Amino acid sequence: MGDMSKYIVKRVLMGLLSIFVVATLTFFLMNLVPGGPFVAEKSISKAAQEALAAKYGLDKPLGQQYITYITDFLKGDMGLSLRQRGRTVADIIFSKFPVSAKLAGIAVAVALCLGIPLGCISAYTRGKLTDNIIIVLGTCGIAIPSFITSVLLLYGFGVKLNVLPTVGLNEWQAYIMPVTALSIYPTAYITRLMRSSLLDVMGQDYIRTAKAKGVSSFLILFKHALRNAILPIVTYVGPMLAYLMTGSFVVEKIFTIPGLGREFVSAITNRDYTMVMGTTIVLATLVITANVIVDILYKIIDPRIKLK
Amino acid sequence: MTVKRNPLSLQLKAEDFMPATNEEKTSLVIMRESVNFWKDGLRRLRKNKIAMVSLFFILLIVVFAYILPSFWPYTYEQQVKYSENLAPFTYSEKELARIEAGEKIFPHICGTDKLGRDYAVRLMMGTRISLTVGLMCAALVLLIGATYGAVAAFAGGWVDIIMMRITDVMYTIPDILLIILLSMIIRDPLKELSTREGFLWMQKVGPNMIAIFIVFALLYWVSMARITRSQVLVLKESEYVTAARALGARNSRIIKKHLLTNCIGTLIVTTTLQIPSAIFTESYLSFLGLGVAAPMPSLGSLATDAVKGMNTYPHLLLLPAVIISVVILAFNLFGDGLRDAFDPKLKN
Repeated sequence: MGDMSKYIVKRVLMGLLSIFVVATLTFFLMNLVPGGPFVAEKSISKAAQEALAAKYGLDKPLGQQYITYITDFLKGDMGLSLRQRGRTVADIIFSKFPVSAKLAGIAVAVALCLGIPLGCISAYTRGKLTDNIIIVLGTCGIAIPSFITSVLLLYGFGVKLNVLPTVGLNEWQAYIMPVTALSIYPTAYITRLMRSSLLDVMGQDYIRTAKAKGVSSFLILFKHALRNAILPIVTYVGPMLAYLMTGSFVVEKIFTIPGLGREFVSAITNRDYTMVMGTTIVLATLVITANVIVDILYKIIDPRIKLK
Repeated sequence: MTVKRNPLSLQLKAEDFMPATNEEKTSLVIMRESVNFWKDGLRRLRKNKIAMVSLFFILLIVVFAYILPSFWPYTYEQQVKYSENLAPFTYSEKELARIEAGEKIFPHICGTDKLGRDYAVRLMMGTRISLTVGLMCAALVLLIGATYGAVAAFAGGWVDIIMMRITDVMYTIPDILLIILLSMIIRDPLKELSTREGFLWMQKVGPNMIAIFIVFALLYWVSMARITRSQVLVLKESEYVTAARALGARNSRIIKKHLLTNCIGTLIVTTTLQIPSAIFTESYLSFLGLGVAAPMPSLGSLATDAVKGMNTYPHLLLLPAVIISVVILAFNLFGDGLRDAFDPKLKN
């Protein structure tokens, strides 16, 4: 167990370091982007701009701004939004985050509920027609970018057939298209992963032993094969979250959903520095935490993996 | 010829030392040329129907993107007056009048866009831009990643640990955040640089395109570096390298003859699979308005521009969407085929 706790500590520290690196990189990169938060507003005079900059501490040297930001952040203060006057960054993130999280959560659930059974079916009917159809569909699902599926869905069901709402998330039907667009890629990926992993496990000696002992194929699948075959899927959860995030930037834009992804992109174009920092740190923390948890879980579930 | 001998004697048989007969010699003649790594791989690749069909599509796409535009009667930025928003295979009234007068006018196979630009040639240019982005990024990633990984593996010790810690941190950073930020940042400085003396060649390629190359190269080399490192580490310890070293082979020979030839399958496969993922990301960036600049089209920006008018002109959206999907699909399937042919170990 000593090894295990050492590994966990090491992995968590690495995660924290990554978050710190992301925050630092983002801070300096963001300030390198030409233009400032108040330049676009022509109605404000030069003096007023300077006053605003002084109010938000933007007139100080960059290094000092950075130190102030980090110390404030560690105290739990993410600052005021520079463009959405009077609102704190934490406030905005808390109001937008549930929207994105709900969408991503449903997409993850859909991907797992469809991908795992499809992968099993594909592995069980290996080489037959069903298997081939699933493989072809899976490959297509991986190849087509989510913005294209979103737009095609929008055109087909929203505009041509006019059966699904195209804007916002006000009713349950409104979730259908964005969730479909978001979950196609992870579903296809999980299907492929599940298929190859199950085929791999089914060739193992312990399965042959179980068969020889006369265990029913139902029990073999659920008691022996699936448990081991599902391991690679666990590791995919981290990258899947990262993917859903990138997907959500686009999907939120197409379906005009007020989520965190849209907020991030508009914060960059508006040079809303505190918002950029806030959203980046939150999103990065999310992905990095997921990866760390998955890594640790994986070692716990599968003791065959050597701790390094 | 027989030699008399005690049947129980342990003496060697004299017949065993007679010269070989011609019949015996034939068994040692090499009938077929020995199969080397490339031939073996190519043979397996040729047998793979899916990979060959994908290769055919890739070649078609290359012709479509790089060769066809130079024979096309329209250019991608040429605005044909009074021919705005034409449906495929239709002519404007002006053009009809000219045809009446006996002139020959090349049809707008895919129609025109809202500025009267021939859409077929814009699609070709868009494909060219997307392909170039994919190919260039894959090449840069190969260059940076393979060098980094190989150096880390060769150096070993502290250098290796530090270099790999850096990649570990890079690996956990959600790349899309930094891609968006970076592409915003280096755009303007590059634009300015391209107007200076000595950097005018950048105008030709387009500063935005170079920005995308740089951003992708900076962020995507990590997995290539990891793969190369693990390959070199395994190979370095393998018996035949030890044998070669014991026989007195120099480092340069070991690298050239053993390490490189055994790594190359993996490198080719990883590079090929990098192409579609770069095209994928570029189309995302274009969609968010951070891709290649107008009037230069990429497949992503063509699709984006068409979204607003998709009610009335769906073909403007469907065509680039189909081409993107076909390009990514073809490269993915071909990459899978290459992997099966040249690097069966990688198959999971």
